[in-house]
Amino acid sequence: MAREIEAAAGIPVVQIATIVPIMLTVGANRIVPGVAIPHPVGAPDKGEEVDKMVRRQLLERALKAIQTEIKEQTIFNK
Amino acid sequence: MVAYRVVCYINQFFAGMGGEEAAHQEPFAKGEPIGPAAQINSLLGEDAQVVGTVVCGDSYYGENMEAAREKCMELIKSFSPDLLIAGPAFNAGRYGVACGDICAITGELLGIPTVTGMYCENPGVELYSTKTFIVKTADSARGMKEALENMARLGLKLLKKQEMGPAEEEGYFHRGIRKNFFYEENGAKRAVDMLLKKLKGEPFKTEYEMPVFKRVPPAKPVKDIRKATIALVSSGGIVPKGNPDKIRVSSAESYGRYDISGIDDLTPEIFESIHGGYDRVWANEDPDVVLPVDVMRQLEKEGVFGKLYDYVYTTTGTGTSVANAERFGEEIGEELKKAGVDAVILTST
Repeated sequence: MAREIEAAAGIPVVQIATIVPIMLTVGANRIVPGVAIPHPVGAPDKGEEVDKMVRRQLLERALKAIQTEIKEQTIFNK
Repeated sequence: MVAYRVVCYINQFFAGMGGEEAAHQEPFAKGEPIGPAAQINSLLGEDAQVVGTVVCGDSYYGENMEAAREKCMELIKSFSPDLLIAGPAFNAGRYGVACGDICAITGELLGIPTVTGMYCENPGVELYSTKTFIVKTADSARGMKEALENMARLGLKLLKKQEMGPAEEEGYFHRGIRKNFFYEENGAKRAVDMLLKKLKGEPFKTEYEMPVFKRVPPAKPVKDIRKATIALVSSGGIVPKGNPDKIRVSSAESYGRYDISGIDDLTPEIFESIHGGYDRVWANEDPDVVLPVDVMRQLEKEGVFGKLYDYVYTTTGTGTSVANAERFGEEIGEELKKAGVDAVILTST
């Protein structure tokens, strides 16, 4: 889905999910590793404050990915 | 003669422990066949015996790959097996990756043959088909009987070191291995025969299959993030409460487009998760942990980026066919382009 949106719209798509090998297989170009399968963009088990902080960090990383020129599939770990 | 020793690997579901609520189960082993392993044991007959079953939750494996791999390896090794049979995983993505991964590492470290089973669209196929024998199965447990029969048959063949025929005949996904053998007719004749068949529209079989890796060139980055409109898309199954478009909980054939203008936070009162492929407890307490509207809104207000697009697109990405997922992507992409959206953040579970 990520790949086809990018192809159809011609705009950068950053995918956030937990199992990185699957994102590489399906052809996502900009990849941000998520926290856990049931909560990719949060850490609700660590309390509200940490949860929001983690979500913010991941989204800021995603925004950075959107602004980064890449030539091939890239994993944004930080 | 002493029977060959076989170890089976299965997930929490097939061990009878439960579905998503038990998916974080840490690896453990029992010195007996459990679940499908019992059927494998009887299919193997007198020549081989299932001496142990290793069980691990799918989410645990997916989220802690190195630790899970190490622990499962240890458990498998403790049974001194001659063969590992994992799954079958059908079209379950996390389970398929776990089965493929444990087979690959077991083959590498213990030097024993390994067999698993998956549906052709399982991501585990592309990742691991060269590192283990993956038997072709149906997309769901309805195909259990046939899958187990084929896995047991292939397993016995590997144990007895019988000659392995071509992947297509043996019923597994080809492992990228080519064997040399002699044809009566030379290459030029065979190529012309193939061409003639192609011209007549008759079926023909290539001798050199090309791998299919769908890739798209990365789009250009966004230049001015402060003016950019960003859309949220998710395959994590977050929908307005009541699931107004009746999106299926798995094997989705549709997606929804939902207005989030004026919404600062996804609360359990207005949104919920209908995804049938993960434990929904956290997502139902706070849907933002899957579809992060709250923090995106905050970043928008702080001026970190221009505007959060007024609509989110969501579907459930579990057991969903690749063809459908591609269609959703194309349609969503077209709409976002028309709407002038500059970039997408897509979350998946």
